[in-house]
Amino acid sequence: MTDLLDILANPAFWVAVLRIATPLILGTLGVLLCERAGVLNLGIEGIMVAGAFTGWLAVYAGAPLWAGVGVAALTGMVFGLLHAFLTVGLALSQHVSGLGITLLATALSYFGYRVSFPKVNTPPTITPFAPMDWLPLPILNAQTSLTLFALLLVPAIAWVLYRTPLGLALRMVGENPQAAESQGVSVAGMRTGAIVAGSALMGMAGSFLTLSAFNAFFFNMVNGRGWICVALVVFASWRPGKALLGALLFAFFDALQLRLQQSGDAVLPYQIYLMLPYLLSILALVLVARKASYPQALMKPYRKGER
Amino acid sequence: MRLERRHETSRAALVLAPIGAVLFTMLVSALLVLWAGAPVGRTYALLLQGGFGSVFAWSETLTRAIPLILTGLAATVAFKARLFNIGAEGQLFAGALAAVAVGGMHGGTGFELQPWLLFPLMMLAAAVAGALLLLGPALMKNKLGVDEVVTTLLINFIVLLGVSALLDGPMKDPTAMGWPQSVSLQPDVELGKLVAQTRVHTGLLWAVSLAVIVWAIFKYTVLGFDIRAVGANARAAEFAGVPVTRTVVMVALLSGALAGLAGAIEVAGRTSYVTLDMSPGYGYTGIVIAMLAGLHPLGVIAAGVFVAGVLVGADTMSRAVGVPTYIADVIVAASLIAVLVATLLTQYRVRMTK
Repeated sequence: MTDLLDILANPAFWVAVLRIATPLILGTLGVLLCERAGVLNLGIEGIMVAGAFTGWLAVYAGAPLWAGVGVAALTGMVFGLLHAFLTVGLALSQHVSGLGITLLATALSYFGYRVSFPKVNTPPTITPFAPMDWLPLPILNAQTSLTLFALLLVPAIAWVLYRTPLGLALRMVGENPQAAESQGVSVAGMRTGAIVAGSALMGMAGSFLTLSAFNAFFFNMVNGRGWICVALVVFASWRPGKALLGALLFAFFDALQLRLQQSGDAVLPYQIYLMLPYLLSILALVLVARKASYPQALMKPYRKGER
Repeated sequence: MRLERRHETSRAALVLAPIGAVLFTMLVSALLVLWAGAPVGRTYALLLQGGFGSVFAWSETLTRAIPLILTGLAATVAFKARLFNIGAEGQLFAGALAAVAVGGMHGGTGFELQPWLLFPLMMLAAAVAGALLLLGPALMKNKLGVDEVVTTLLINFIVLLGVSALLDGPMKDPTAMGWPQSVSLQPDVELGKLVAQTRVHTGLLWAVSLAVIVWAIFKYTVLGFDIRAVGANARAAEFAGVPVTRTVVMVALLSGALAGLAGAIEVAGRTSYVTLDMSPGYGYTGIVIAMLAGLHPLGVIAAGVFVAGVLVGADTMSRAVGVPTYIADVIVAASLIAVLVATLLTQYRVRMTK
């Protein structure tokens, strides 16, 4: 018990929480945008891998860090466009298209990595984002500007969703596409835009791993974070503020299990602690499911003139 | 862009669409071969030769196809009822572990029984383990509306960590020099070789028989009808008196059991023990195979052999010309997307509108 208090009193713990939360915040906001417009995007896991890879490769090739983030976002947009073409244009199964994109993006990234570095065992490193130690705020000054960006993005997206005509149109397309169409909103255009923007955030979420949390690209480094974002959106009832809360809560438990695992007197095998985040996600899904207010048109393809 | 339903779709188009899509994928993937700096023609020739070009190649391909056919069937059964089971990977490991728990040799985990009794018991345990793993997500979907894709995916991670804990602890082989590896099966419950001096084992007969059984279930039984009805439109099926919940439960049990058997048969036929790397994602590849086969149980056999050939061939090819083996995964994933599009085009006509 004293151990637990020690852990919670240590600022380093909260620094870790915010760091672990950052890719989850970006990814969850990405999924949220897609789903608010009525499209599930299971491509996230692969898009994060691709973003982590291309962002890092760009910086390794000499681009500035923020350009790397931009490249990762662009990579996400390309896969987002593919997902939009398949699900919005052709009305294919959103589940299958997303999974296909995850497999494709992951395979392409690993292939690209191996072609670029055929005989390397230890991955080459870059100089990642530096902490913002000029900030007069504790904990936040140990983070990089990418974290600050993610945090600022939450109110920005909430504002767009709830306070602008664009946000209204986007939500309408996800709730009632027929009504949106009759108001002169292009359902296909709106959905494509939302998927592309959301996928850009997913790519950036991946780039946080290689450009900020670590300084190299590893296989399996995304390791299910994308799927957790998908669960977090349900937990957040499709609201940006709650998404931030969910990501932080989740990161809290993830950081806690890491500490407990390291504190030496762990009674259980370390794998049990590693399971916690996933168990927690499922629990959250079940608890929230009853009152979940899904966007009404989620996963329903829309064809003009059809009902 | 607008889609118009075609009035009729020819049988030939349905068979040719996936083949055309795969050929198209290979054509596009040639760009990656060029990027890797290898001659395209020779690379593809080596890939085909490595997968299908000799008795040895065929034996390796068929060995690899066994778990893929089974996970492909697992995905097919579930997807037919629109139960998106993405958890075949976890179910495979659960089945493998159950098989070793029942039929394991030293360490005192297994039972001491006659092989004629122990073998069916072992397979049953594996099937039950896989089935139970999918039952929870299926019921959560049906009763609470929790998306089964996310739950089955998350359970994969939980199962793999659980397997890892067991391989470090209670199920660890004390004679394995510290490697995280389970105890071995008793030799008398292992599957025999189908062809001497190769790795192909009688699990292939299991996989093919199960494909035929699943096909027969779809075609000739009430359950098969119910599954298709639920898959087509659950609400309409409910209205027409189809027992939706019972059907979903049956589908979950069947699909999970098939994936569990995939694990048990891998252990009994190939490895004889469980390791964390016994499956390089067979559960996920099974999804692609099911889609390539157009959710047809017999097509799964062909698709499974094809994908296995690409994966095996890529290993040989990579050693010869140095194109990374990941190209096989790219081809498989891109084929999935291309086949989806091609199949759609057999049913719809695309009209451009302004």
